[in-house]
Amino acid sequence: MTPPDIHRTIDAVWKIESPRLIGGLARIVRDVGLAEDLAQDALVAALEQWPESGIPDNPGAWLMGTAKHRAIDLIRRNVRLGQKHATLAREMELQQEDTTPAVEPDEVRDDLLRLIFTACHPVLPTEARVALTLRLLGGLTTEEIARAFLVPVPTMYQRITRAKRTLSAANVPFEVPSGPDLAPRLSSVLEVIYLIFNEGYAATAGDDWVRPELCADALRLGRVLAGLAPDEPEVHGLVALMEIQASRARARVGPSGEPILLLDQDRSRWDHLLIRRGLASLERAEQLGGALGPYALQAAIAACHARARTADATDWEGIAALYDALAQLMPSPIVELNRAVALSMAFGPAAGLELVDTLLVEPALARYHLLPSVRGDFLFKLGRLDEARAEFLRAASMTQNAREQKLLLDRAACAGSASSSE
Amino acid sequence: MRYLAVLKGNAVSEAGYVPTEEDMAGMGAFIDQAMQAGWLLATEGLLPSARATRVALSAGQRTVTDGPFTESKELIASYALMQVDSREEAIEHTWSFLDMLGEGEVELWPVFEVEAPHAG
Repeated sequence: MTPPDIHRTIDAVWKIESPRLIGGLARIVRDVGLAEDLAQDALVAALEQWPESGIPDNPGAWLMGTAKHRAIDLIRRNVRLGQKHATLAREMELQQEDTTPAVEPDEVRDDLLRLIFTACHPVLPTEARVALTLRLLGGLTTEEIARAFLVPVPTMYQRITRAKRTLSAANVPFEVPSGPDLAPRLSSVLEVIYLIFNEGYAATAGDDWVRPELCADALRLGRVLAGLAPDEPEVHGLVALMEIQASRARARVGPSGEPILLLDQDRSRWDHLLIRRGLASLERAEQLGGALGPYALQAAIAACHARARTADATDWEGIAALYDALAQLMPSPIVELNRAVALSMAFGPAAGLELVDTLLVEPALARYHLLPSVRGDFLFKLGRLDEARAEFLRAASMTQNAREQKLLLDRAACAGSASSSE
Repeated sequence: MRYLAVLKGNAVSEAGYVPTEEDMAGMGAFIDQAMQAGWLLATEGLLPSARATRVALSAGQRTVTDGPFTESKELIASYALMQVDSREEAIEHTWSFLDMLGEGEVELWPVFEVEAPHAG
């Protein structure tokens, strides 16, 4: 029997407790960067003491108590922090004497919400929001975040330090935005969580096609946010989208590492527990009423695929209608391209081709290999083989991915031989 | 990684113990919190072994045995499926569950998972 590893136990405690710890400290010291430093000091103390003393029964309270002591020491020594902080130190000492630090659940909830809105504040560049969110709410170390995003550790360290300094310099208040500020601020939070998820799901860099830990972290953050803001339909929409996408993780990579497209996946390998959870989240988003937002619409599209037992059973008309709604809400040539595929599946390749032809002038798609690839597919199905072959060749010349290139060249050859045998 | 946490049954769960309203509220709050924290994926409580059935196939021979099962190590009172980063994290969550219960014994079984292959 191996006893639990003390350092991994401390890691686990940190991951569980640190968001609440940093949130609680930030409420007191009104500075997320300082709160995070104090929490780190408490972690260092734990790493020094717990291997000797054992893990305390209430590690969260231990960490909070230690961090508050540090805060008082720091404020005492640091005169330049001024009168405001001196008063604060006295208040904290008084709180310290109160041995029952019964924090109301609502208060914890508010602390966490303030923390996530601060980490995703628009004053920060997107990559800093992502790093800070993983650090403050995901409980990840700077080393872990650097590894996840394939950035050298000093670079990530700097990014996080600069972000904390920016928040402090801009005097970003530690609060939950309200009124007209809420919607754009919430959408920044959702964007950050989805970015983390996508970096794990479709890794843009490195050798691994997927990095499941990042997906798991994003899912966890999404579920936490859904608990904190249960009345926001788009939060449930995002969680639904991530749960359903994550349900396919096992099926989307072949035995030798090749990507497997959605319609070719072995559906028995999908994670049906995650699908059920995703469908439940989507239902929650729908029950909250109002028109579905972009995340809920994308989740609804993913749900159409998840509900189909076989690829042939897919409700393509439903998907085409959802893409139509998504295109109106969030006009984008990529959405249009997806809509064209759905239209072709629902109503035949001519319907898809008609839409795709309008996209040929889109500058955003000028170098996007999926446009000629999709167009080639429609032309092939319509028996316009020479044109199909030309499109597949054009697509092959535009992709950097060797596997995809081979697939496209094969299709071009297939169209070519079918054409000459006519 | 995922763990299946199995709460072992005992004389109390075997006697068909019906939780008090207070117990239910405490358990409900714990489950809500754990679900919202993102690590608890699924959980259910189980009926006493008197209501259980064992189905076995051995050397072509089919047998169906009704409970109750007498071996205490065979008894299960509830299960939970958790998503965690380490065995230690699973143990920490289990402590918080047992603290809420007051006492009990939980087995943590890692779920078999195929590692994501490398691309390229």
